[in-house]
Amino acid sequence: MTRRIVLAGVGWLVALAFLLPYLQMFITALKPERELTASPGTYLPSHWTWSNFIDVWSAAPVWTYMRVSLTVAAVATVVTLACAMPAAYYTARNRFRGRGAFLLLVLVTQMFAPTALVIGIYREMVALDLTDTLLSLILVNAAFNLPFCIWILHGYFSSIPRELEEAAFLDGAGRVGALTRITLPISMPGVVTAVVYTFIASWNEYIVALTVTASPDRRPLTVAIPSFVTQYQAHWQYLFATSLIAIVPVVILFIFIERYLIGGLTAGSVK
Amino acid sequence: MRDLKTGRRRAATSQAPRPSLPRRAGRALTPLLWLGPSLALISVVVLWPVIEMVRTSLQDITSSGVTVGYRGAGNYRDLFDEDGLIPVVLRTLLWVGGIVAVTMALSLALGQLLNARFPGRRAVRWAVVVPWAASVLMTALIWKWMLDNYSGLVNRVLLDLHLIDEPVNWLAHPAEAMLWMMWVAVFVSLPFTSFVILAGLQTIPSEVYEAARVDGAGPLRTYVGITLPLLRPAILIASIINVINVFNSFPIIWAMTGGGPGHDTDTTTTFMYKMAFYDQNVGESGAMAVVNFVLILVMVLMYLRAARWREEVR
Repeated sequence: MTRRIVLAGVGWLVALAFLLPYLQMFITALKPERELTASPGTYLPSHWTWSNFIDVWSAAPVWTYMRVSLTVAAVATVVTLACAMPAAYYTARNRFRGRGAFLLLVLVTQMFAPTALVIGIYREMVALDLTDTLLSLILVNAAFNLPFCIWILHGYFSSIPRELEEAAFLDGAGRVGALTRITLPISMPGVVTAVVYTFIASWNEYIVALTVTASPDRRPLTVAIPSFVTQYQAHWQYLFATSLIAIVPVVILFIFIERYLIGGLTAGSVK
Repeated sequence: MRDLKTGRRRAATSQAPRPSLPRRAGRALTPLLWLGPSLALISVVVLWPVIEMVRTSLQDITSSGVTVGYRGAGNYRDLFDEDGLIPVVLRTLLWVGGIVAVTMALSLALGQLLNARFPGRRAVRWAVVVPWAASVLMTALIWKWMLDNYSGLVNRVLLDLHLIDEPVNWLAHPAEAMLWMMWVAVFVSLPFTSFVILAGLQTIPSEVYEAARVDGAGPLRTYVGITLPLLRPAILIASIINVINVFNSFPIIWAMTGGGPGHDTDTTTTFMYKMAFYDQNVGESGAMAVVNFVLILVMVLMYLRAARWREEVR
């Protein structure tokens, strides 16, 4: 019993340590602007300026930034999944020439990060005349998250016995029916992991968006947020208000799938 | 199922022992139908930039972006002549090694904690997930603000505890800035890593632990003798992914110090970025990118060798 109390104490301290920076974000977002230059800084706002969360929408086109981030992340996720599912399913179910080469390619591309390739990506987008477009961001996010998704889904599909599908097929479900009614529901944790992983990685992507986009109405949140604090202005309260607006939905999404996530990661690491 | 179908079709059309050429070609092409979209996406968006990058590193490109021609190894020679290069590379190795080592050590403990039973465990897991869900850039910005010279929380707390006499401008001194940024990198790497460890812990059957208890093994012996060896796949995966991520981590340094003062807190990625987009030295930056990639490859291979990966692959 004492063991559990000690564990709970340590656990709650750890939770606090992880939340502290975001708590600080929240507190800063609620400070009036003149208090931000006070030295030394204040622990709590002298005046809880809730209006910051309303004013920020008119201080900058936050809604546009959000729309850009959301479009890029959502479309990239759909594209990634549409490409990854057939590839993962086919390689899990069939032996064919080139299968090994394909899986090796997937493994190797997992080692490439957009950061390392940003110059190549930029020059390619210039060549394709795709700079400053959402399409370029969608393509990059979809492609760089694809290997991880194929890998996770491949692990899941392989772990489902073929006999299960065949039984459904013989019962008259058809090949597509067997896939949608048997295989997909069982591999749901893997699919959810892949979706969330891609969505969050795209939502948070920074370096390519920083390099490729230029117009204010094509900038995602990550690129737009730092411009609240420049040489000429220091609206830290708006910067963090916008950050929280961007973070909270994703955290809720994450909490929602936390249980799936552990299963998804197990499949990925064991396979 | 597959044989049944093709068999039936074959019997209906011809008695030939071998399928006709078009059909064989068709069968060879079926994989392309399933793998095609993935192959196309990977080739166009991942492999093309790789080739483009290598080509860039061999080209002579003016500061206004016009390609004049090829200059062979010239960009690489220029790069290796940079005074800043050696310190930047050494700093990058220290950055990767330090962050991954600390992250792994803390994650092993954290995974154990998240796996133990105590009231409120779910809420603690949710809290640990937050830095993973938040963008690294935003997390770096809040740390930058907390470390602010005048109004930052860190200075305020240290002043109130009388640990310092006057505010310290943490991010202006390279050594202090480096340590703080490494801490932020550990902070954002912990959630993913500890969840992989947690997932690994949950694959260990409880019978193994019971057997150890029956044999009279203490907690430390059980951990070293049973838990750690069984966690090996999870530890391997987590550290490789961390090495790649930390090596490529750009937003933390970019947001907190911009690699400055001078090049004093640059790693290879920020060094490369400044070279291309600030100094307009695209060819040399391409060379840096290639060197950077080779460095990652060498580090991962060395790690795999040290961890005797082959045994894992079987």
